[in-house]
Amino acid sequence: MLCCVKEKIGEAVLPGDLLAFEIQNSENKREKLICGPGLRRDGEDVFVCKSGILRHKEPNLYWIDLQQRRYVPAKGESVIGIVTAKSGDVFKVDVGGSEQASLSYLAFEGATKRNRPNVQVGDLVYAQFIIANKDMEPELVCIDSCGRANGMGVFGAGGLLFKVSLGLVRKLLSPQSEIVKDLEKIFPFEMVIGLNGRIWVKAKTTQQTLIVANILESCENMTTEQRRSIFGRVSENVL
Amino acid sequence: MMEVTQSGSAQHAAVLREFGCEHSLLSRPDGSASFVQGDTTVLAGVYGPAEVMVSKESFDRATLEVTLKPKVGMPGVAERSKEQCVRQTCEAALLTRLHPRTSITLSLQTVHDDGALLACCLNAACMALMDAGLPMHCLFCGVCCAIDQQGTIRLDPTAREEKESRAVMTFALDSTDCRVMMSSTKGSYTAAELQQCIAVCQRASESIFQFYRDSVSRRYCKA
Repeated sequence: MLCCVKEKIGEAVLPGDLLAFEIQNSENKREKLICGPGLRRDGEDVFVCKSGILRHKEPNLYWIDLQQRRYVPAKGESVIGIVTAKSGDVFKVDVGGSEQASLSYLAFEGATKRNRPNVQVGDLVYAQFIIANKDMEPELVCIDSCGRANGMGVFGAGGLLFKVSLGLVRKLLSPQSEIVKDLEKIFPFEMVIGLNGRIWVKAKTTQQTLIVANILESCENMTTEQRRSIFGRVSENVL
Repeated sequence: MMEVTQSGSAQHAAVLREFGCEHSLLSRPDGSASFVQGDTTVLAGVYGPAEVMVSKESFDRATLEVTLKPKVGMPGVAERSKEQCVRQTCEAALLTRLHPRTSITLSLQTVHDDGALLACCLNAACMALMDAGLPMHCLFCGVCCAIDQQGTIRLDPTAREEKESRAVMTFALDSTDCRVMMSSTKGSYTAAELQQCIAVCQRASESIFQFYRDSVSRRYCKA
């Protein structure tokens, strides 16, 4: 179905919908258009390949906002992985995708051939993808381009790891997240959020950890008022 | 939507039974949906793109597996043939080249069968694949019709109507041009009757696609 893109911003679109963009000047000036997740180019046309809400950011970025649960690795994303095997010079890490990612033992801060990092099978690592496309095995690193850890590496002594949908982690990681601000007021806790839908939390006692985990898991389908009322009830019971 | 047209001596009654669907009702699969047509209900769950066994993996596309379980008993040859019909339709609609060396598993469960089962399976599969967020280049829907002994074309027949008719046909139609993606027919009919059935099903598919659109907008605007 061909539809004008300006009408459809903020509305739900279905796979197969063709988007028509108005060309401002009818001269040969070519405008650059950035198609985000959910949109694909087929020759001269842009069509929708996933169902969701069409979003637009000035000046020329369009994407589809969808609720998805399965993670597909993408370059540059920071995820929480679980180390599953040590084979030679690489660790095999499960990130929740279709295949396991590899993490070289030299990709940690201060690691050399003689000074190996202390990583065991079953450890949690917070790492970033440097290679993640459909044709190659994904690769992770725990250092940034300057060689510093920058918060990445092995973590997680104690605490609880659980899985939520990808939409919720994006909401939590957005700069002015209301959920995180409301949560901070209840009691202090540590939280690591991976873009693959995994969240690790640790609070002072086991009960507080479980409370935070339950609140985050149920946050997805609540409106703001329902969430505020639940947070209010929890903070009354805790104090 | 009731259309009764008289062409020569044959009368066609083109009415789809009431249909409805539910999204994301199962917690473990990546996408799930249930589709109800009259009394026929099918539940679909999708897992993917996930790990694949090396023996089944394909170097340039995703491997799609479909399983259909009947309400009672073990799956037999009839279920296997329906699985292949659904699998071929889904492979044509999905962009499998975006996820090579992965597997996409679609599980269908018949909750109640009152006719038009293959069409209901196709509709439930399409909704579940959309719910899982798998990339597709078009949507598809399933429409079933039957030709009874007098030559009347009935859309969406019940199980009793299917038994009494001389031919039962199921078509999978795509959303961009309403073309036939898959057809599964049983019984005896002429070539002209086949063309009439395809035309009737194409008209009916528009209401199903409109329903998909309303259902998706209701789901996303609520969230």
